[in-house]
Amino acid sequence: MSNDIRLNRAIQVRGLRYRYPDGTQALNGIDFHLDAGESVALFGANGSGKTTFVLHLNGLLRGEGSIEICGLPLADETLEQIRSKVGVVFQDSDEQLFMPTVLEDVAFGPLNLGLSPADALIRARTVLKRVGMTHALERAPYHLSAGEKKRVAIAGVLAMDPEILVLDEPTTFLDPPTRRDLLALLRSLPQAKVVVTHDANLARALTTRAVFFDQGRIAGEGEVIEIIQRFHWEYS
Amino acid sequence: MHHLVIDRWSRGTSSLHQRDSRAKLAALLVFLIVLSTTPPAAQMVFAGYAALLIIAATRAQLPLRGLAGRAALVLPFSATFALLTWWSGNSLRALALAEKSFLSGTAALLLVGTTPLTGWTAALESWRAPRMLILVIQFVYRYLFVIAEQAQRMRWAALCRKGSQRGSFRLAAGLIGVLFARSWQRADGIYHAMLARGFRGRFVPAAPAPFRASDALFLCACLAGCLVIRILL
Repeated sequence: MSNDIRLNRAIQVRGLRYRYPDGTQALNGIDFHLDAGESVALFGANGSGKTTFVLHLNGLLRGEGSIEICGLPLADETLEQIRSKVGVVFQDSDEQLFMPTVLEDVAFGPLNLGLSPADALIRARTVLKRVGMTHALERAPYHLSAGEKKRVAIAGVLAMDPEILVLDEPTTFLDPPTRRDLLALLRSLPQAKVVVTHDANLARALTTRAVFFDQGRIAGEGEVIEIIQRFHWEYS
Repeated sequence: MHHLVIDRWSRGTSSLHQRDSRAKLAALLVFLIVLSTTPPAAQMVFAGYAALLIIAATRAQLPLRGLAGRAALVLPFSATFALLTWWSGNSLRALALAEKSFLSGTAALLLVGTTPLTGWTAALESWRAPRMLILVIQFVYRYLFVIAEQAQRMRWAALCRKGSQRGSFRLAAGLIGVLFARSWQRADGIYHAMLARGFRGRFVPAAPAPFRASDALFLCACLAGCLVIRILL
């Protein structure tokens, strides 16, 4: 592999395998790459291994095979650095928002990165402004609407200044206007993105390339339209 | 949900809200020690403690009725022991037991009603309380609401298919089982989300405030107030 490609590569995964403790083989030899600034959609049926795969990207799950994030091999000693580079926005925002107020929740990541409390709060306010949530700084996350929760969850990840965003079903539970606003927000973010979704329209709007998962393997990859047509991946 | 109301109270701006959480926690501890060592016959002293709490709640702009109603939730538990004491022939001791429980509950509520959760858990941490205990408190507080909402949705779903409340004990037992399993699953998800944002087993307080002279003065005033009531009345 040439040095130029290596420098430009945000994610490089080779031969990734993972078996859950109950014996289910969730990933069965995944080879995957993502370039800096690129956005890719992960399609596939429920249980095909998409979410299991993305949980490997910042070391939440550890399988066999090799993973490199921005040139750094994923290992115990690089875990902290890698978690600051890969921001994961989970499907269920309630699992992601665990602090008593919105501001404290968004400051949680920067504080863990070692920023001083003052700097962490400044950064939290900046990203909350960016996602349009400055009106809710002191509100409890459980008082927010689904769309607001998702925005705060994204702010919490952006506050860590990641180079890669992993979005697991980002538009689940959102009404059409909220979905539209969220899509505009996501499109404005410069980070490389891995978007786990069933939504072909979202993938078309947000990504240029798609990967199709089937039973823990990559069954196909290519342009979004091509994958949608090849695997009949639309509701009607 | 009671904890939501208390959460709202704790975000107030009174002088009591502005006191350092460590000073308030120390004041609570002093109050509880003095209260628990007061002899049952000293009924005027209990009245004095109640007056002290009323003054503090008024200064904190907390609704007295709401505070008393929530503090009264401890009474059914202490009432069991109070009744046993009453039957053994010591009515004054039984009364004192109920009074002490109620006043302790009110004082604890006064602390959590004037201090955000992160404040008083940070105070506990500064006192070297076990980290695991603090984490459990923080998560129970945060997710009680989410789990309660989930329980409500499951109950509605069950009622939609069942149509009546009959046999609700069996239904409740099933719901509790499923809720436990789901809570376990959710706990796993939360832990993943925390790790993903760099969590290393400790909540870093966002704004550790300095312990000011006014906080020390407040603590001294509380100590003096408790002792004066205890000794003079």
